[in-house]
Formats: sequence, C-alpha cells, structure tokens
Amino acid sequence: MYVAVKGGERAIDNAHRLLAHKRRGDRSVPEVTLDQISEQLGLAVDRVMSEGSLYDRELAALAIKQARGDLIEAIFLVRAFRATLPRFGASEPVDTGAMRVERRVSSTFKDIPGGQILGPTFDYTHRLLDPALAEGFVPDAPATAEAPTAPTPRVTDILGRDGLIESSPQAEDGAGIGDLTREPLNFPAERDLRLQNLARGDEGFLLAMGYSTQRGYGRNHPFAGEIRFGEVEVEFFAEDAGFAVPLGAIELTECQMVNQFKGSATEAPCFTRGYGLAFGQSERKTMSMALVDRALRARELGEEALAPAQDEEVGMSHSDNVQATGFVEHLKLPHYVDFQSELGLLRKLRQEFADANAPDAMKEAAE
Amino acid sequence: MKLSIIIDNFGAASSVNQVAQHNNQKAQRKAAMAVLAHAEAGEIAARLRDLALDLPLPEHQDLRQPENGLVMLRGRVGGDGAPFNLGEATVSRAAVRLASGEVGFGYTLGRDGEKARLIALCDALVQSGDFSAAVERGVIAPLREQLMIRRERAAAETAATKVDFYTMVRGEG
Repeated sequence: MYVAVKGGERAIDNAHRLLAHKRRGDRSVPEVTLDQISEQLGLAVDRVMSEGSLYDRELAALAIKQARGDLIEAIFLVRAFRATLPRFGASEPVDTGAMRVERRVSSTFKDIPGGQILGPTFDYTHRLLDPALAEGFVPDAPATAEAPTAPTPRVTDILGRDGLIESSPQAEDGAGIGDLTREPLNFPAERDLRLQNLARGDEGFLLAMGYSTQRGYGRNHPFAGEIRFGEVEVEFFAEDAGFAVPLGAIELTECQMVNQFKGSATEAPCFTRGYGLAFGQSERKTMSMALVDRALRARELGEEALAPAQDEEVGMSHSDNVQATGFVEHLKLPHYVDFQSELGLLRKLRQEFADANAPDAMKEAAE
Repeated sequence: MKLSIIIDNFGAASSVNQVAQHNNQKAQRKAAMAVLAHAEAGEIAARLRDLALDLPLPEHQDLRQPENGLVMLRGRVGGDGAPFNLGEATVSRAAVRLASGEVGFGYTLGRDGEKARLIALCDALVQSGDFSAAVERGVIAPLREQLMIRRERAAAETAATKVDFYTMVRGEG
C-alpha cells in the first residue's frame, strides 16, 4: 500500500529562514558584496564558472554568496540557472594562439619565442600564512616593463613544425560537434564529448585521476609543454546581422601536455598530446584535464587500458559533481517506505531464523 | 583580358563596387562592435549623449527588445584542431532601426540588455551616411583609445613577470 505523507512545510520554511540568517552571519559584520567576491575571491568564481559550465562572473559570485561558499552547491545553482535561458547558438571556436597572454610557462623549453611569463601565480611562494593580509593590507602597484610586440606561438605549434609531435585531429567534413547538454552520453565517446565532459568535470576528481596516471595507473609520461592563461576574443555568427559579431573577451587557461611518443612501421615516432582548457585561471584543473584526456586516448593509441583513468565510463560517468552530489545526497531524503519494506522483510527473515534454530524446532516440525 | 568585364560592362562594374563597399562597411561595423563589446553601458551612453549635443541623433526604435540568452563557447582540440563545446556564456542581444531605415544589431557577453541596445544603436549609426563619421569620432575612437590604454597597462604588468635566464659561469681553477 502506498501512503502519501504530507507535512513538514512549516519546518521547511523555518529551516530556510534559519539558513538565510546563518548565511548572513553576525549582522554587525559588513555584508559581502558580489564585487568583493568577484574581485577578491576570483579563483573561486573561475571554478564555479568552469564547472557550472557558464561564463558569467556576476552570476557565479551570486551563487557563491547564496551557497555560503560551498562551491559545489554554487555550481549546482549556476547549472540550474542556465536551464532558464534560451540558447542563441554556438560561438566560433576561440583562437588560443591569439590570446593576450597574462601567464605562459613551458617546462619543456627554456627559450620559447615570447618567453616564460610567470604572471600572477602562487608558484614560488613559500606557502606561509601572511598575517599582514589579515586586515587593511595595501599591496604595491605591479611592476611594469616594456611589453614585447612579438607573438607568443603555442609551444606545440613549434614542435609540430618539425613533426616531432602529433598534429591536432581536424574535424571531418560534415561531422557534428557533440553536445552532452543536448544528447545523453553514450560510450565509446569521441574526443569532442570527452573534452566537454572534462571541461565541466570536478577539479578534485580530475586531479585525483590525473595523479593516479602519474603514480603508475595508466602511466603516459607527461611534460607540461605549455600552460597559458589570458584573454581571448569571442565571435558569434549572428544570423540577423549576417556576419560573425564580436561578443567581447573571456579569460581562459589552456594546458598542452606533451606525452610519451609512439610510432609504427608506417609512421615515424612522435610525441603524443593531452589537452586541457577551462574558463578563468584554472591551472590545476587544466593540467589534470590534459592528463586525463591523454589517458582516455589509450584505446585510440593502441595502449593497454587497465587503469581507472583510461576507462571512459569510469571517468566520464563520475566526473560531474552536480550529478554525483545529487545521487549521494539524495540518500538523506525520506526513504521511509523503502526502509519500512526492508525492515518488514528483515523481521520476517529473523523470525524464520529464530524458528529454525529454536531448541524445540524439531519437535514442532514433527507435529 | 581580365579587366574588360568591368570596363565594358557598367552593370558588372557597379555590382563589384557594391560588393567592395559592402565588405568595407561590414569590416567597419565589426571593428566598432569589437570596441563597444569591451565598454560599459554607461560609457557608451555618456559618449552618445555628448555626441547628441552637437548632432541630434535620428529617431529610432527597438526592432528587437533586449533579450538575454546563452551562447555555447567552443574551443579546439589541441588549440588548433577539431572544435568542441567548452561551456556556455550569457549573452544579451538587441536590434534597433533608425527612422531612415538602417538596422543595427547589438550583441555582448553578459546580461546587460541596455548595453546590447546601445551597441545596436551605434551599429545602425555606423551604417548611416550622415552619422557614420560622427559616431566613429565621438564614440568608437575614444572608447578604443581607453581600451588600448587598459590593454597596454596589462601587457606592461605582464611583461615585468617575464623570466630572464642567465647562465651561472663556473669558476676556472
């Protein structure tokens, strides 16, 4: 029998009211503004945009504020918001080679055209807590130097000229571009879908998967060929205007992983690649993404695929933290009826066990 | 003789000119949009207000009310390979028609409908023979200069973080 249970509305309303109060915290402390979150907690905003899969700093900041700093909850809010807007279409693919670079490092070549540019980085800091930041810290104005006019080509393009690295796969004529927000994911998945999945995947999950390949579970011998961060221009082909209109610029981080080489009787050996791309300054995310992208190419490259990071279904089915949190956290919702039926069954089994093992069981059976 | 078509055929010659003019105007509109998309709505509005003091702007109306939506942003595998869907961005768009008939389109990242409308108005003005030069001089050029200053400053700050490698010379003897 199914019994509908109602009730709890008042408790729920009051719980949300209490949540709003707790979110505000001590009311003698000034309220945090969206600008403050966007400007001073910028990397949290970048992560929420990346994994929320929606580039909008202001919305991401609002989500972080609403979620009390719980970034997965904020990502959930952003994902839900994007479902409320119509889609105008898809942009022209962005050109990361034309990026206005704010950071660009290579661990493979010291002297790359355009140079090693550190930009705003935590690298080489001592990771000591800085008490000066606790209050009223005014940083020095940034140093300046004459900006070079020479372009900063992608390191992989330089290696590619000599054929030392495989070239990027080009689109086949008439091939569509997979979109997992429109069609359910099927396996095996092509690289476009895999990259879309990884781009919105949980940073912690990808970090662990990438790390596992380094520790030997699907080793692929990576070098950080190049990591670059900066602004790229976005264009969108507008049907009404009849040409690709500029929309403005977004910040992106790109990681080109250069991996172990392969060759065959018919092909000269060359380095293979893994690719990472994400909104904002998301270096750990894009490095992890590139490691996992490369690991997921095991099948294509004829490698033995035994490790979790090489398994599409393991990786792509569990990378999305909104899906994962939904399924894990639904366990706390009422399962009273489910549980009652389990309980009933268990009581019955226990009774049967008790009956079968009672000292007079044999006698009862005889009667 | 390749040129003979144009010299002998007036109709063909004028259509070639029209195509060239059309492409020219498209490039001009795109260049204007590339600047406007980086400006704040308030900055564009203020420049247009100043411009209107000298040269009253033509009557215009919304052909499409500002509307917010999403555009799927695409990257390329390896930076230069096949495209893939990276994630969406919020975009606002609008269209404005001048009384004289020119239709302008405004598109911008974000959800600022008023900015999309102002870009659409500027785009219509860029296409209008009477206002094209004035809007370039009074709105686009100053905003472009501001944008260039911001970019140059950022580039100079970035350049200061470039690594200068030097080689440690081992002492002899």
